[in-house]
Amino acid sequence: MAVCVAVIAKENYPLYIRSVPTENELKFHYMVHTSLDVVDEKISAMGKALVDQRELYLGLLYPTEDYKVYGYVTNSKVKFVMVVDSSNTALRDNEIRSMFRKLHNSYTDVMCNPFYNPGDRIQSRAFDGMVTSMMIQVC
Amino acid sequence: MADPALFEFLHTEMVAELWAQDPDPGPGGQKTSLLVLEGMGFRVGQALGERLPREMLAFREELDVLKFLCKDLWVAVFHKQMDSLRTNHQGTYVLQDNSFPLLVRMASGLQYLEEAPKFLAFTCGLLRGTLSTLGVKSLVTASVAALPACKFQVVIQKP
Repeated sequence: MAVCVAVIAKENYPLYIRSVPTENELKFHYMVHTSLDVVDEKISAMGKALVDQRELYLGLLYPTEDYKVYGYVTNSKVKFVMVVDSSNTALRDNEIRSMFRKLHNSYTDVMCNPFYNPGDRIQSRAFDGMVTSMMIQVC
Repeated sequence: MADPALFEFLHTEMVAELWAQDPDPGPGGQKTSLLVLEGMGFRVGQALGERLPREMLAFREELDVLKFLCKDLWVAVFHKQMDSLRTNHQGTYVLQDNSFPLLVRMASGLQYLEEAPKFLAFTCGLLRGTLSTLGVKSLVTASVAALPACKFQVVIQKP
């Protein structure tokens, strides 16, 4: 279960960022911002590698004492960043991958919406609903 | 997979409708209609550029993106691959289709050569839109020597 989900455009500004609980929002925004550097590093490392496989899933970007940050980049250089609670050790790699796949599918649907102009903030309620289903249930 | 004829009919009607509404039949009015068509193709290309490469691995370089256009995009929209891709390795690519599905029903030869650009504007926009989502800024023009073969020239714009 994610604590914060962010979608960053290829020019590195946020298209969508949401965190739960909402009091410490600024802290999560800052974390996502610093993780962008790590994402860029991984992308350029991938470019230089001679391996044929170039995956979209970037894996664990960096762990802090309370949280772990995961990243995923699409072919259109749109980045998804997810912050997960460290105490939730039951979360396996596969689950994170499937969460990113759902994010990617929802993002593609938003892109295909004729009322959405690429580059705007994402205001789709369907996307919101999908992200809510992935976040921690805080009562 | 939908019948390819559906898109062809829709496209023909789009072009016919834009030309019927044109108040100024001279070259000025024509340009607006061509721009409108190209703009439509651009938005469709942006969406396709996000949806089609979804399960694919990341593209390594520009040539990979162009190959994706010629194979996957063309197959998805027109159910056939592009016939040839040439480049001068300095940012210009020529994509040639020897029997372009949107032109193949019109004529075979030199008849209707002046009408052909109208039917290529949407596709030029489609290519430009897909390239722009995949991070390549470009200028796409089309030329017809003899129906139904046509060439799309893609010039990459260096920032």
